[in-house]
Amino acid sequence: MTKAKRKRLIYNCITFAIVIIAFIVLQSMIENKTITRALKGQLIPICCWIVMAVSLNLVIGISGELSLGHAGFMSVGAFTGAVVSGYLLHGLGVENETLRLVLAIVGGGLIAGLAGVVIGIPVLRLRGDYLAIVTLAFGEIIRNLVNVTYIGVSDGALVFNFLRKNVPENTRMLVDGASGAVKVAKISTFTAGFVLVLITLVVVLNLINSRSGRAIKAIRDNRIAAESMGVPVTKYKMMAFVTAAVLAGMAGALYGLNSSTVVPSQFTFNQSINVLVFVVLGGLGNVLGSVISATLLTVLPEVLRAFADYRMLVYAIVLILVMIFTNNPTIRAFADRIFAPVKRLFTGKKEAEAA
Amino acid sequence: MIFLDNLVNGISLGSIYAIIALGYTMVYGIAKMLNFAHGDVIMMGAYIAFCALQYWNLPPFLALVVAMLACTVMGVVIEGLAYRPLRQAASLAVLITAIGMSYLLQNLALMIWGANPKSFPSSMISIPTISLFGGQLKIAGATLVTILANIVIMVALTLFTSKTKTGKAMRCVSEDRGAASLMGINVNRTISITFAIGSALAAVAGILLCSSYPTLQPTTGSMPGIKAFTAAVFGGIGSIPGAMLGGLLLGVIEIFGKAYISTELGDAIVFAVLIIVLLVKPAGLLGKTVREKV
Repeated sequence: MTKAKRKRLIYNCITFAIVIIAFIVLQSMIENKTITRALKGQLIPICCWIVMAVSLNLVIGISGELSLGHAGFMSVGAFTGAVVSGYLLHGLGVENETLRLVLAIVGGGLIAGLAGVVIGIPVLRLRGDYLAIVTLAFGEIIRNLVNVTYIGVSDGALVFNFLRKNVPENTRMLVDGASGAVKVAKISTFTAGFVLVLITLVVVLNLINSRSGRAIKAIRDNRIAAESMGVPVTKYKMMAFVTAAVLAGMAGALYGLNSSTVVPSQFTFNQSINVLVFVVLGGLGNVLGSVISATLLTVLPEVLRAFADYRMLVYAIVLILVMIFTNNPTIRAFADRIFAPVKRLFTGKKEAEAA
Repeated sequence: MIFLDNLVNGISLGSIYAIIALGYTMVYGIAKMLNFAHGDVIMMGAYIAFCALQYWNLPPFLALVVAMLACTVMGVVIEGLAYRPLRQAASLAVLITAIGMSYLLQNLALMIWGANPKSFPSSMISIPTISLFGGQLKIAGATLVTILANIVIMVALTLFTSKTKTGKAMRCVSEDRGAASLMGINVNRTISITFAIGSALAAVAGILLCSSYPTLQPTTGSMPGIKAFTAAVFGGIGSIPGAMLGGLLLGVIEIFGKAYISTELGDAIVFAVLIIVLLVKPAGLLGKTVREKV
């Protein structure tokens, strides 16, 4: 086993260990009823945001494309999940909540993945800033489309309307245009969230360390060099993009089924930026970092209620500072010089050796 | 007549987009970065003009000057503090910084002026509505001023970039930054000037936008900003006549889309146009295709 491989294995094990231990601790806290109510209500959203952050990290950190429409996929997943669950309950009379939840999450992932393919084909031909603006545009288009989509169940059959609401009298609405999905049965569970996080980690970590993952990173680092070595650029970019879309859709379904109403305006550009902040703070390309920052940044605002007005302001400043500190050559050299003794303390190496 | 009415509204909205798009296209052409915060500079400009009119009781012309000056300073400071340290960095880092800046401005406005929408005073542009065809077609004063301002700005900018020394320096930097600095052009100063001009235009755009659509809130600038970027891409980014053409077309498309297809899908139609343009003609209508050198 090479050194790099061993290092990677240790990193992956640590990531899984942290998540599993956190789950066991929280689960036992729930059973002992020592958990605060505020935190308990946050558990499922935390799982959703972890999945969102890790999947966006796959696009931004690993594939090197700035996607600003990630919340759009979450929205697709949330509404698909609400429709699937609602149709199973009111249309087919399936009472089993776990079955409905699983099918809703799978459905959300599939439809979001489909949206990812449809969006990815045109978008991934573009580069850099154009890609960012087009993914943003797609996020807004998805929100606009959901706003004029009406889906309901009538006599066990699915009724689908677009632009104008025109449904039979006895229809039970599942998605009601701009008012969103109303009277959703809350069937999400923390265990499901935990399983989803595990699935996400397995998928993303395996993808990163596979042959495909190396190809994706090669494209990120130098597209022209990778292309001339025979790496099919579009295929691998699509792979990362669609995988992220599927995961975001699944997170969306879980998120949607955790509250009784879901409205399209929940999944705006701001939400995409929120996830972007998680990814940037956790470190681009660092999966464990995304998990930790998504957790902390979801819990902290609840804890620091008094601070709520300044939250977005602080996010903005932190975003700018992190970018400047990690990307300005002068500041980086300065930081390296300061931290060099600390680093030496840990690795036991002299600088000459390291260089 | 409804058709003409829509057309006039479309041209008016398009003129606003065109002025905003100019700021984007100049900065993109010269600094090669998407200044996400541009839309929020517009909002800041509108707020400052609002304060000047409402609280300090300045005449409209002075309010315009104050807003332009404040936005110019803001643009230069933003560039110097946030974007200049990242001149050599990857475009991803610069873009994320620009998004952070956009958020910073929005939240500053939220803290200073609060979340409640303010109604922009109509005293800013006090030209009466004119009626044509025996009152069948009414053109608001603000619409007229917007269209005129657009034409004046376009002519002035074209002259500036083609005749003056600074304007020529700007075109040099946009073509080849390294070669320009070897020729003795101060690249950093030129980029600062570009930001100054773009931000001053943003103030004008903000005032015009709020004269036609008088609700002013911290997010006022973001959607027009994104659409104006769409317009800049549509016309060919980096090209000044392209920004004008793209802005006008996009404004007309948006108003017609809202009038004849669906009100709710107005934004979706605009963005669909962007995507189609980028797929069919990635360099935009008037842009030049630049071949990639390996």
